[in-house]
Amino acid sequence: MPLQNANCPNCGAPVLFRWEQAVQTTCPYCKSILVRTDIGLEAVGKVADLPLESSPLQLGVEGVYRNTPFQVVGRILYEWEQGIWNEWHIVLNDQRNGWLSDAQLEYDVSFLAPSPSPIPPAADLKRGQRFQWPNAVYEVTSLTRAKYRGVEGDLPFTYWDKSEVLFADLRTVDGRFGTIDYTETPPLLFLGEASDFDSLKFHNLRTFEGWQL
Amino acid sequence: MSAMAAEPAVTAASLHCINCGGPIQLKGFAHTLTAICPSCGSILDTSTPLLRIVQAGQTRQQIHPSVPLGSRGKFDGHEWEVIGFQIRTMTADGVRYDWAEYVLFNPYRGFRYLTEYDGHWNVVRTESRLPVLQGRRARLDNVSFRLFQTGQAHTSYVMGEFPWRVQLDEQVYFSDYVSPPEILSAEQTANDSEITWSRGRYVPGKEIWKAFHLKGSPPPARGIYANQPSPSAHKLGSIWKMYGLLLVALAALALFVRIARPGTEVFRGSYSFNPRSKAEASFVTPPFSIQGRDENVKIEMATDLDNAWAYFDLALIKVDDGHAYLAGREVSYYHGHDSDGNWSEGKAHNSVRLASVPAGRYYLRVEPQMDNNANTPVMNYTVTVRRGVVIWSYFLFAVIFLSIPPLLTTWRRYSFERARWQESDYSGFPGVKATA
Repeated sequence: MPLQNANCPNCGAPVLFRWEQAVQTTCPYCKSILVRTDIGLEAVGKVADLPLESSPLQLGVEGVYRNTPFQVVGRILYEWEQGIWNEWHIVLNDQRNGWLSDAQLEYDVSFLAPSPSPIPPAADLKRGQRFQWPNAVYEVTSLTRAKYRGVEGDLPFTYWDKSEVLFADLRTVDGRFGTIDYTETPPLLFLGEASDFDSLKFHNLRTFEGWQL
Repeated sequence: MSAMAAEPAVTAASLHCINCGGPIQLKGFAHTLTAICPSCGSILDTSTPLLRIVQAGQTRQQIHPSVPLGSRGKFDGHEWEVIGFQIRTMTADGVRYDWAEYVLFNPYRGFRYLTEYDGHWNVVRTESRLPVLQGRRARLDNVSFRLFQTGQAHTSYVMGEFPWRVQLDEQVYFSDYVSPPEILSAEQTANDSEITWSRGRYVPGKEIWKAFHLKGSPPPARGIYANQPSPSAHKLGSIWKMYGLLLVALAALALFVRIARPGTEVFRGSYSFNPRSKAEASFVTPPFSIQGRDENVKIEMATDLDNAWAYFDLALIKVDDGHAYLAGREVSYYHGHDSDGNWSEGKAHNSVRLASVPAGRYYLRVEPQMDNNANTPVMNYTVTVRRGVVIWSYFLFAVIFLSIPPLLTTWRRYSFERARWQESDYSGFPGVKATA
């Protein structure tokens, strides 16, 4: 896939897009948040240093999801009372883009999906609540209040509010996974499945002192 | 991308305890949210760069986990390091139960847990699928797990590192479902914001010792644990199957024997006996020959007795040396009608079997006896001598004898399950009183 190159309007460093359709990226040198406009790139702010974290994933990691190769092009780092988790933005070879969530090394792959039925407002959502959707019954297994802590790389949207929002994780009997994201109104729904580390066949992972893959 | 390979390896962070200044190395990298200072036992919140003391210097007795922190072991094809250890406590019926939980870490594959109670070990991982709950059953992957116990537990002692915020004495609610060798557990926080399912597999202590290269031998397992597989569990089905196959083989053998060896008739004679006759009752038959190797001879008496009895004194006598095989049999047949309906007792025929009779010329001496009164009828009877008859009772003994191993195994299995469910609050097991 041909990648468009540009220079960072803040520091002049070359900026490499990993995903053609990226709306936003970050400068790998000065950490500016860059938004793509009709005329070029606009620096809209700066990312604070990302907190120390130890995901084996990083931008540029390649993997395979259900026989389709993908690349990690960006990420959002969230923070909640029990630590942090990463939503890695992945672009698949079939042009779809989705999210690989890594919460304490438990991996889920999901894609933005239209909601099969209206999703209740955050205040009405309860743990244990069920959604009878055409492909499965999803149950709310956790309610997590989190705020975004940082971004890196190519993302499909530009707006980032720092206030705390609710995320609800949904699970099914057959390993499907969903997240209701109350960042927007109406809330966004992501559907996918839990994925085993080894099944994702990663390459270019970070290395850890004293450990072999 | 070659640039990626040049990226330096993630290294373990080194900290200093803000309570005592002692060094702490985080083996769980940035996943560690709580670390316990090995020097002073303070519980530290490592999620902030400045650290925060959750609880200063636990008052503690020294506890030595049987799998030491820092041990690395290989199982399920990957290497795991013990980075945390906690003792969890529950109280049931006024009795305190403590068990150990180890946090195992692999920087790529995440966390596993090892639990130990009274020498019983489980390797546990969180479950991303939701079991289907039906009454006291939880179904996952077409395995039906049975509710074993529910309770409240809290952490009473910690060592090492944890990827969550440790709060001593914080209660969690748990439910354990078992399908040996597996256990399925649900853990719910007190505020019910999260339910976590985990699935464990029973692992014998010696396998843990082997995986972690530990010296000595594991502490002996006491009692029977909730999801401990019954030692005969895998055998039970196959042992009954084997028994079934043996029965089929036995039946085939019996059928074969019945066709192949009907028992050769070597003599038959029909006689009458009048009990009122003054003549000598005993007589001898003409000689007949018995052939083949040493085996049994059966003498059958078929009579027309009707509400009467007779006794036969028999002797099978070898012609050349006069060796006699002696036997006696009663034949008695009575029947009638009373308030309960028709009844009958005995049969009008009987037989006697002589074991191991060598081949040769023989004759039979027969002496019938009957009641000697006016209404005793004349008895007509036939004596038949057969060589090499099948002894069917041997087959019956074989059936009974062969059933001993499967019955014993079944009994052992039953006793094991009974002992297992005696520890459960949700027994429903016959003969075990449920306490809840």
